[in-house]
Formats: sequence, structure tokens, C-alpha cells
Amino acid sequence: MWDYTNKVKDHFRNPRNVGSIPDADAVGEVGNIVCGDALKLYLKVDKTTGKILDAKFQTFGCASAIASSSALTELIKGMTLEEARRVTNQQIAEFLGGLPEEKMHCSVMGMEALEAAVVSYGQGGKTVTHAEPEGKVVCKCFGVTEEKIIRTIRENKLTTVDEVTNFTKAGGACGKCKGDIEAILKQTLGAGSGQTAPQAKKTFAEMTAVQKIHAIEDALAREIAPKLNADGGSIELVDVSGTVVKVRLMGMCKGCPSSGFTLKSFVEKRLQEMVDASITVEEAR
Amino acid sequence: MKVTYLDNNATSMPAPEVTAEMQPFLTEFYGNASSMHDFGGGVQRYLDKARRQVADLLGAADPTEIIFTSCGTESDNTALFSAIRSYPEKRHIITTRVEHPAVLNTVRYLQSQGWQATYLEVDQDGNLDMESLRRSVTTNTAIVSIMHANNETGVVFPIEEAAAICKERGALFHTDAVQSVGKVPLDLKNSAIDMLSLSGHKLHAPKGIGVLYVRRGTRFVPFMMGGHQERGRRAGTENVPYIIGLGKACELARERLNDENTRVKALRDRLQAGLLSAIPNAKVNGANARRLPNTANISFEFVEGEAILLHLSDLGICASSGSACTSGSLEPSHVLRAMGVPFTFAHGSVRFSLSYYTTEQEIDLVLAEMPAIIKKLREISPFGRSEAAAKSCTC
Repeated sequence: MWDYTNKVKDHFRNPRNVGSIPDADAVGEVGNIVCGDALKLYLKVDKTTGKILDAKFQTFGCASAIASSSALTELIKGMTLEEARRVTNQQIAEFLGGLPEEKMHCSVMGMEALEAAVVSYGQGGKTVTHAEPEGKVVCKCFGVTEEKIIRTIRENKLTTVDEVTNFTKAGGACGKCKGDIEAILKQTLGAGSGQTAPQAKKTFAEMTAVQKIHAIEDALAREIAPKLNADGGSIELVDVSGTVVKVRLMGMCKGCPSSGFTLKSFVEKRLQEMVDASITVEEAR
Repeated sequence: MKVTYLDNNATSMPAPEVTAEMQPFLTEFYGNASSMHDFGGGVQRYLDKARRQVADLLGAADPTEIIFTSCGTESDNTALFSAIRSYPEKRHIITTRVEHPAVLNTVRYLQSQGWQATYLEVDQDGNLDMESLRRSVTTNTAIVSIMHANNETGVVFPIEEAAAICKERGALFHTDAVQSVGKVPLDLKNSAIDMLSLSGHKLHAPKGIGVLYVRRGTRFVPFMMGGHQERGRRAGTENVPYIIGLGKACELARERLNDENTRVKALRDRLQAGLLSAIPNAKVNGANARRLPNTANISFEFVEGEAILLHLSDLGICASSGSACTSGSLEPSHVLRAMGVPFTFAHGSVRFSLSYYTTEQEIDLVLAEMPAIIKKLREISPFGRSEAAAKSCTC
């Protein structure tokens, strides 16, 4: 049982600003269904003053993810975009009277959706998916980079590996990167010059389930989905079992007579090239 | 608010008959069964009775095969460590990917200490790969530990068949039957099962009491060293009131086995069918396998388990989930993942586990409330919006 504040419970039971804005001026999204939480944020912005006139959200996740999203929209309504981009995850957590340590990553997710939305506004309102800061991926299970870890340590004054896991999810699945996180902590806190251990590239079969999913999601997002989008279609990852990747074709691809061809000669071929030659792709029914 | 308790695989209500039976031994009859005086020694015959009640429920050949422990986890640890100490030359252990942590983490520990371990796979229905078991057991295998019924899905494994395979190859066979005792009939004397763990609090006895059954003639090394209690197989003063409570609970379970497999099963089936017909994009995990009569593990796509549980909790309804957010780790249930349940479903899994005390009205309440909870969460979720639904949206 999580120890949620009454404010968290209230925003979970009665979330404010749920939904979408059809003619939104900014749409930012972060996370995915596979990782267990995802947030899509819609903003309506006054073009002359830069003020956020309306904010709505859609969230998949636990009670604190829903409450954090609700809190975020309440916080930023009425702010200018410039003010909103300075909102931190601590402000979201404080608005809710605090979050359990293990759930702090929910507030980080809110901040990241907001950052993506600000980028989206600059691009004319086109949906922008939050991109992890460039750099070396430390936690392969959840795809967390060294830059994100360093930044989260600094912004939240973190001092232990467990805290880093609570705020970023890094190290929360297989735990193999905990030594690396420890080294990053030491470096960031200036308490020594720990070196991060080099990580050997794993073959697909050796990866954990979450690592596999990240590798596939990454390839789908970078190369495969944009190509299908161009033809009015879309694709989502449904499951990974061994080296078999199950996907669902959507939009124009769904029921398209050549979808079987697309699946094998494009999706499978690209995944084999980008991730691992052992992959086979199947369509989920 | 009235509590609707549908989380009996987590723990169960102590039966009033059980607590009544225990009461005198918590107050006036506090003697030590090992004492020479009548006041203490007189307790012994109540312990004997309890041992017989447990043996009867399990179909054991003799009450001396019953060793009282503090919990299911202690029983599991005792069985595994006894096997490897009894057969020090054998360096291989077999278990399954879907075991309870009491077995899984103990085997992982032994693996870190140099033992080889094989984790048997399950298929998408949750059924065990018996072929792989046949291939894996060798003369180097010290023990095979396979749960009788899975705590999350209720899927029942064919342990009699597995035990027979192990006996043929000379490997010990242990089963963690914590979830199945009192729900599935057992006849240990006519099986090849060497050791079996059970836990009192899953069958309406209180927490803090368990049993390890050890077949007569099985090599055994104690886990707890010390006094002569339990015929030198488990040291420590007998937990008299709890042993007596467990004995009574086993007697009741034997009488209620039929109710469990008829009335309780019908309630479970009604709950399952009702939820599936009222809520789209939902499925029962392990639906095609042989399952415990009381367990329904249902996944609701596009929503997250913890959020479902908290809405249920607001209505006094108690259930569990295999979602990542409810576990200590950030990954969803190892059982559902082993079955290949897609993440989109695994995060939204809810386990309802019924008992002898579950009523029609309680099932009606869940059936009445659940569709609105899922609908509300799906309205918040960015997933599961088909193109058709998006187009017809008038907002």
C-alpha cells in the first residue's frame, strides 16, 4: 500500500483537465504502454501573450501518474510558455503535498511531457515525443541516459542509487547498471572520480525483456513508424517473446492487402538490420 | 464500510471455529509440551490430534510425516536445503520460472553458491513444459521443486506426474502447495511426492504457522538446529495454539473441499464471465489451463493495475495486481511475463481470489462497479482509442 497524501488521492479520484484538445497549439508525449506509464499533454496557447489558455492530458499509469498529470495541468494553466518551461518535477510533487519516494519518476514524467510540448509549440503544434537527452544509455532496461541521471541528481539533490532509481527508474528492473549509477553519483557529487564501467553490447537473445522492448521501440520510432506514417499507417509493438516480435499494424496499414508484405519485407528486414539478425516479426491478432 | 474480501490468495480470514479452538491455549493451557509435569505434557495429545488432522487433509500415510514450521517460506527453504545437504554430490536443482519468491530466490541464491539451476518454462496458457522436465532431470539432480498451484493465476501443475518422473531418475521431488491445499484434493500416500509445503494463513488459520510434509524414508537434514522437537527435525518450542488452530483449519478445509469446487467455483465463473461480457478488451490469464476453483486473474488492456485496485479499495473491495506499480520492482509480474502475456495486458491485471466466505452479493458488487472503473480509467488513458472511436468523438 502506497502512502499517498490526500491531495494525491483527490487528483487521482477526480483528475482535472482530462482529455484532448482537437486544435491544440502544442502536444507533448512521454513514455509508452510497455514501460507502464505514459502521458500525453495538450496545450492551447494565446499566440500574442504566450499564455497557456487551456491544458488537457491523457495518462496511462498508476494513481500517482494520474495525479501528477492532473497537478501539472493545474499548475501551468495561466502561465506563459516561458514560465511553464521552468516548472520542475519538485513543483509538481510539492503541489500534491509530496509523492512516495518510489513514485517520484511520475513527477519527472510530467516535467518531460511539458518540455516536449514546448518544443511542439515551436514546431507549429505537431506532436512531439519527449527525447531522452543525448548520450550514453546507462540503464538499458528503461533506456535512461547518463545525462538524464546527472541532471536529475543535480535538480533533486540526490545522494543514493535508490533515489536515482525512484526518480528516473534507472536500475529498477534488472539492476545491472547500479554500479554505473553509483559511479555517476560519485562523479556528479564531486566525491571522487569513479569511472563508469564499459558495457559490452548484448545480443538480442541475451537482453532482458525490457531491454528488447526498448531496442525495438527505438527502431520503430526512429525509422519504421515514420515511413508507415507517410502512407497513412502506423505500427505498435504488442509483445516480444524470445526473438519473435509481435506488432500491430494500424491506420491505413490495417487490412491493407499488402500488409503481409510490409511486415516481412520492410518491418522485419529493418528490425534485423537495426537491432539483431535473429528477429522474426509476426502480426498480433 | 463493509469489506469485500477477494484477496484470499494473499491471506484469508481465520475461521471463527479455528480461533475458538486456539483460545484456551493462549490463556490457561500455556504449558510446554516437552515438560514432565501433567500441566505441560498434557498439551502433547492436542498436538498429536492436530498432526493427524493435517495428515488426513493431505492423505499422508502417517502423522509423523508432518513437521510444523513457522510459515510456507520456512518449509520451502527447509526442503531445498535438506535436499542439497542430503545429496552433496548432486549439484543440480530444477524449478519453474513461475514459482513463488520463497522458492525462486532460494534457488537463485544456491545458483550463486555454485549449484546449477534449470527454470522450466510455461506456455501461454500457463501450463508447464513437462517434456522439458523429462529432459532436464538427471542423476546429478538433487531436487525438483514445482509448485502445485500458481498464486497469481491459479494454474494447477500435474505434480503427481512430475513426481513420478523424478522418482524414476532418483531425484527428490518437492512441491510448494501453499495455494492448493484445501482447494484441490491431495492423496500423498499414493503419490511419489517426497516433500510438500503448506501455509496456515491461506486456509483460514492465522499467520505464523506452516507445515513441511516429509515422506517416511526421505533423507532429511534439519534447517533449524537445536532441541529435539518435531522428532529432531525442526528445533524450537512448539507453537501450541497455532498448531492446534491449523489442525482445526485442516479439518474444516477437508469438510469444505466440495463447497470450494462447486459453489465457490460457480461464483468465480460467474465473476469471470460477467466481467468479460461487460468490459471489452479483457481476458482471463490461464483460462485454458486447469485452475484453482477460487482464482480469476483478469487483464484489462490500456489501463494500469494499481489505479484499478485503488478505485476498488475506495469501495471496500480487496484484490491484487501483477502490475509493475504494485510490485517492488518496476517490471510487471514474472508469472504473466513467463506466460508471454503482452505488456499491454500485464500492466492491467487484477487477481480476484475467493473463499468459503465469499457470497453472491459480493460478486454482484464487483460486477456492478468494475465496468465503470475500467471505463473511467480508459477515458483518461491515451491508449486503446481506435480510429473509428476517434472519428465519432464529438468533442
